[in-house]
Amino acid sequence: MTEGWLYIQTEVYPALLKGFWVSLQLIAPSALLGLAIGIMVGVLRIYGNRPVMAAANTFVAIFRGIPLVVQLFIWYFGLPHIGIYLSPFFASVLGFSLCSGAYHSEYIRGALLSIKRGQMLAAQSLGFSKIRMIFSIILPQAIRRALPGCGNEIIYLIKYSSLAYMITCIELTGQGKILASNSFKYTEVFLMIGACYLVMTSVASIILGRVEDRLRIPGFEHRRT
Amino acid sequence: MTAPILRIENISKRYGKKDVLKGASLDVKKGDLKILIGPSGAGKSTLLQCINFLVKPDEGRIWLDEQEVHYANKRDLYAYRQKVGMIFQDFNLFDHLTALENVRIGMVRVKGMGKAEAGERAVLELERVGLKEHMQKYPAQLSGGQKQRVSIARALAMDPRVMLLDEPTSALDPELIGEVHAVIRDLGNNGMTMIMATHQIGFASSLASEILFMEDGRILERGTPDKIFNHAENARTQEFCSKITELYGERG
Repeated sequence: MTEGWLYIQTEVYPALLKGFWVSLQLIAPSALLGLAIGIMVGVLRIYGNRPVMAAANTFVAIFRGIPLVVQLFIWYFGLPHIGIYLSPFFASVLGFSLCSGAYHSEYIRGALLSIKRGQMLAAQSLGFSKIRMIFSIILPQAIRRALPGCGNEIIYLIKYSSLAYMITCIELTGQGKILASNSFKYTEVFLMIGACYLVMTSVASIILGRVEDRLRIPGFEHRRT
Repeated sequence: MTAPILRIENISKRYGKKDVLKGASLDVKKGDLKILIGPSGAGKSTLLQCINFLVKPDEGRIWLDEQEVHYANKRDLYAYRQKVGMIFQDFNLFDHLTALENVRIGMVRVKGMGKAEAGERAVLELERVGLKEHMQKYPAQLSGGQKQRVSIARALAMDPRVMLLDEPTSALDPELIGEVHAVIRDLGNNGMTMIMATHQIGFASSLASEILFMEDGRILERGTPDKIFNHAENARTQEFCSKITELYGERG
């Protein structure tokens, strides 16, 4: 008992704390960048001219269609072949943001399509240019509608951030892997890691719920489960 | 003879093989209230939407204040649309903005006015349509009549030269129509130039300077309310007017 406790105190706790911190550093910028990419790509897929639309659709097809691990391997192990060296951390954030952005764009696209045509006619009749109309009228409504889906994608991101250890960015899961293979206490270590992810996703969904409440206005309510 | 504010010449629009508008022409002088009547599918809505290029006409030319509108030039188009207010059948208020913000946003985002100044003007316009006490409400919290009055305030805030009204009361409960009519009547009395499509011929004949009967993409007959409703030359005009009088009550 004391031996186990000592192991947790001296080995597990510091390692997991370090890994947890790295995970947060991966997740936060990837979530923000991913959302920004998603909004941009989503808008281009609906309002872009034909070549832009095709490019945006191709972007989504590629980054949603190739397994994320493979994408990470390409960024980290593939790019050096053409002389581009990315740090494990940077390659991970890049991979996560692009993949997450592709998924976000799908939620944004759906929300954009749900905005009634009358909203656009009204904006145009007041003399709005297309860009101003998108940013002042369409997006503020579409983002409210897309929020539940985008929140879902951010929860996913928290979990797939565990793939970063595959390209030697030692985050929470990576630390766990090292601990477990040294001590063979796989069950204990990974139960603790699972709990850590559960805490992160729970906190994230509380924050997302708050954001939804904050942005809630009459006419845009939706029941939350 | 004064020059027309708005001159519309030979506007045509085709959707696939169907000719929706077949060369509609119209001169509108300052203070005129032109009323478009006619069966659905006659092209009233398309004509109004062509006038501010929400629908791009296939043929035809439009002049505002004797200057031809070159709608292919985006800057010209946006400037022109600011001067031509549009009221829609289903209001089309911006759902994410309060009544006040709905009225203010065009002045801020399109005209580049400061928020405070635009806000003051928005309050004035809302007061004019009798909605000052509702200015913090969102569209979902307003009745249909109130929404339509907000949309009129929103258009007025841009200082339009002409207003286009596309069946402004067709989506309203009968008891809410009056409040919107009162606002439109008030506009007319203050000299606003308007083109309105409507089935409310009682209201129309009491206000209109000219009634235009449209059918099948053409303006078939035009004249004073008395002429169109009592002495129409065209048999179709007579038939339509007697039917619609039956439906929408006495004129006068």
